[in-house]
Amino acid sequence: MRHENWLGFKEGAWQDEINVRNFIQLNYKEYKGDGSFLAGATPRTAALMDKVQALFKKERKKGGVLDVDTERVSSLLSYLPGYIDEKNELIVGMQTDSPLKRGVNPFGGIRMARQACAAYGYRLSDKVEDEFRFRTTHNDGVFRAYTDEMRMARKCHVITGLPDAYGRGRIIGDYRRVALYGIDRLIEEKVKDKKALASKPFVVDNIRLSEELFRQITFLGYLKEMAALYGFDISEPAKNAREAIQWTYFGYLGAIKEQNGAAMSLGRVSTFFDIYIERDIENGILTEEGAQELMDDFVIKLRIARHLRTPEYNELFGGDPMWITEAIGGMGKDGRTLVTKNCFRMLNTLYTLGSSSEPNLTVLWSEALPEGFKKFCAKVSCDTDSIQYENDDVMRPLHGDDYAIACCVSAMELGKQMQFFGARCNLAKLLLIAINGGYDTTSGMHIGPQMPVMNTEKLDFDEVMERYNIYIEWLSELYVNTMNVIHYMHDKYAYEKTQMALHDTEVTRFMAFGVAGFSVVADSLSAIKYADVHPIKDELGYITEFNTVGDFPRYGNDDDRVDFIARDMAHKVITELRKTPTYRNAIHTLSVLTITSNVMYGKHTGATPDGRKAGTPFAPGANPMHNREENGALASLNSVAKIRYEDCRDGISNTFSITPDALGKTEKDRINNLVNILDGYFRQKAHHINVNVLNRETLIKAYENPDDYPNLTIRVSGYAVNFNKLSREQQREVISRTFHESL
Amino acid sequence: MIKGFVHSLQSLGTVDGPGVRFVVFLQGCPLRCKCCHNPDTWEINSGTEYTAEEIVGKVKRYKSYFGKDGGITLSGGEPLLQPDFAREIFSLCKEDGINTCLDTSGIRLDDSVKALLKLTDRVLLDVKYTSDEQYRENVGCDMKRVIDFLSYLNENSIPVTLRQVIIPTVNDSEENIKKLKEIIKAYPVIDKTELLPFRKICQTKYDNMGLNFPFGSVPEADAELIKGLYSILETAP
Repeated sequence: MRHENWLGFKEGAWQDEINVRNFIQLNYKEYKGDGSFLAGATPRTAALMDKVQALFKKERKKGGVLDVDTERVSSLLSYLPGYIDEKNELIVGMQTDSPLKRGVNPFGGIRMARQACAAYGYRLSDKVEDEFRFRTTHNDGVFRAYTDEMRMARKCHVITGLPDAYGRGRIIGDYRRVALYGIDRLIEEKVKDKKALASKPFVVDNIRLSEELFRQITFLGYLKEMAALYGFDISEPAKNAREAIQWTYFGYLGAIKEQNGAAMSLGRVSTFFDIYIERDIENGILTEEGAQELMDDFVIKLRIARHLRTPEYNELFGGDPMWITEAIGGMGKDGRTLVTKNCFRMLNTLYTLGSSSEPNLTVLWSEALPEGFKKFCAKVSCDTDSIQYENDDVMRPLHGDDYAIACCVSAMELGKQMQFFGARCNLAKLLLIAINGGYDTTSGMHIGPQMPVMNTEKLDFDEVMERYNIYIEWLSELYVNTMNVIHYMHDKYAYEKTQMALHDTEVTRFMAFGVAGFSVVADSLSAIKYADVHPIKDELGYITEFNTVGDFPRYGNDDDRVDFIARDMAHKVITELRKTPTYRNAIHTLSVLTITSNVMYGKHTGATPDGRKAGTPFAPGANPMHNREENGALASLNSVAKIRYEDCRDGISNTFSITPDALGKTEKDRINNLVNILDGYFRQKAHHINVNVLNRETLIKAYENPDDYPNLTIRVSGYAVNFNKLSREQQREVISRTFHESL
Repeated sequence: MIKGFVHSLQSLGTVDGPGVRFVVFLQGCPLRCKCCHNPDTWEINSGTEYTAEEIVGKVKRYKSYFGKDGGITLSGGEPLLQPDFAREIFSLCKEDGINTCLDTSGIRLDDSVKALLKLTDRVLLDVKYTSDEQYRENVGCDMKRVIDFLSYLNENSIPVTLRQVIIPTVNDSEENIKKLKEIIKAYPVIDKTELLPFRKICQTKYDNMGLNFPFGSVPEADAELIKGLYSILETAP
């Protein structure tokens, strides 16, 4: 098949089938140089960004939400076009009819929508309430099917943050398809797939798929209409860079109008856009400055994307994140790097527009990345604290070279793999429940297998492990079954039409489980094994405190005695999860990632044998507990690197904060040292790292005088946040973390 | 098996030698410099005992971070107080291709130290002052032995980073920097010079140990001062 808008592109299989990867591989141009070619912000960009900054300020002053449209339900065609400054925008499209005005999306649950409105002083209109009076939401469906035990596990916080009342997210449409093929072709292919289904037996799976395809096709049509509202016809392929970016953005915009999923990630667009930009530059219709402007304008649109959330939701996912994650760089299977000039331009937006938490810029790191790119990334990290790194060398063998990252650390092949998001279970709480024989001391609930409270003067490691394993087995089965309910209902009542239309019809599904309290449990088990842990009972006879005598190895010091406890625990959990079948035969995966919920999880967990007091925060993700490291930063990295990616295919998050002084004396030293640290860490098959290069004093000042630091961005667990948007409690937790300092 | 006394281990050192370095702070120092920021490393025959193999076993775990410049740095305390232990560590490191750096005051030069220097890729030499008088007053030894040490490094072409802590009111004069320049010129083996700002974050260590910090009332050196002295160093004849 040929199309005039493809003129100048190398021909291949991508023309006859939907195959963006093949198009990229045949047409992209590697770039191995440095960032010296980059252009700065044009006056147009700067003026537009000033307007956006003023809007951000207004939003902050109004308590975090500028405006809410309570009159209609958000979807692709609900709103008239919106602009920041219509005549000066290069890329257009807005979630509602006005920048930062949030839409209402009750498909996950009407109660959440109502509460979210109320939390910011709005009232959901009678019109929307009426529309949903006789309509089943995802949340309704889930609670109709939940068992008593599922409700209890949720209530006592041993499994928390489940997407049973909000959109599950973590699905990345291959938005590039809109640009490369145009909507008409995509519809044509989906119609073909639907017709092909007719020859298959019409049992549940195929009936469901047939209905899903119908809905996908409908929404592709809506996407076209949505673009038409802005004056664009996206039925045909994009014919230049500006259109490629615009078409792709429309795909993404349709998705975030339709869905308010927890993480609505972007994918991997930088190198794809580079192909169009290079063609335009070659044809003399675009300059470097112009290319940067297009990327800047696109990124401005991403920075103003918003969803309406409840305060409880913000406790889990602090800082109002969207997780518009863009994966940048990486290597191809053929050994060529996927780094292009446009990867630099994407990172350069942190200079042209200032540092920012969104989009969530994620560098796919490989030892083989070009030196110039590695150094540029390290410089951006030192200057902005706005990027994270993930190990392409461990993900590429499993996901190929056209995967992206959903949310923080979840890899999936674009258009071919998706996931069922499943928050996390609290392993530290589970340990306490096990020791207490199925009693949760913080909620006062009996849950899980019932047996006597451990009745020893000193806890014995083998006895505790034997018990703990019984409870891990119990919880794993319950967790999988709970997730099956959630995702069955999400498919039924809040199916992602736009995003799944931008996937192949046959997709691989992952079911992503998670754990919290990882380092607390590792240290607690280590204390039980290597020190003397004396349980202390309350008046009811339940163990609520521990007297730990003697020293024990602590996770984060590169000490195998405890690091292997951590590693084996992850292995045990995923092994147990795999024993229970999943909805739609999804592949079980596991993450060690907490977002900001480590504070909330800690709040609901009693004192632990490692010496952590009741109610105090956990360390985030796979991080060692704060201030337990004795041998410095690299020892801590080595400990985390021991957790195996094959056990935790949904990612292992590690957040690393270092003062500029500790990283090196000069800027050049700091850049080189950071590159060496990243190379060294990832060479050990570690998966992820957030890098912050800043002084604790800066955070303390920002905590005390937030107005002086409106744009202070820091990396937390798997994403970046504007420090001011965290709750006071979350801010204090960030400040209390280990900062690696020079001696 | 040679054992030695270690104060602490730092897996990420970026300020004691080139690149990313694993820094071993050895326990024990015979000097009592008035500006010392590690009084907790003075006492000899204390700290944690390790064999050289144990230390190098740990260092090897960080090889992947070293890149082309990094490696191990032996600091202290004064590593020359345990030359055989230090030599054994360096010897095992060399077998594994790990770059070796020695952070020292250069106050001892006997056969065992010479054997250590044979395995040393770079010396970070702390030339604390530029006059014998100041050495005697503020360090408690003569300057000649440091100069002898430097001469030996020069004769044996062991690259040297010369370091001096700049202490306001004590050695922050233009005259001192000019003298330093003379030393640098006289010993071409010095290929890098670092002026380190005097800091007093160690005050709490002195307080905890019940010791008086002799330079506790001297002001800290700020970045401006250091910058100015660097430019004097550069332009001095």
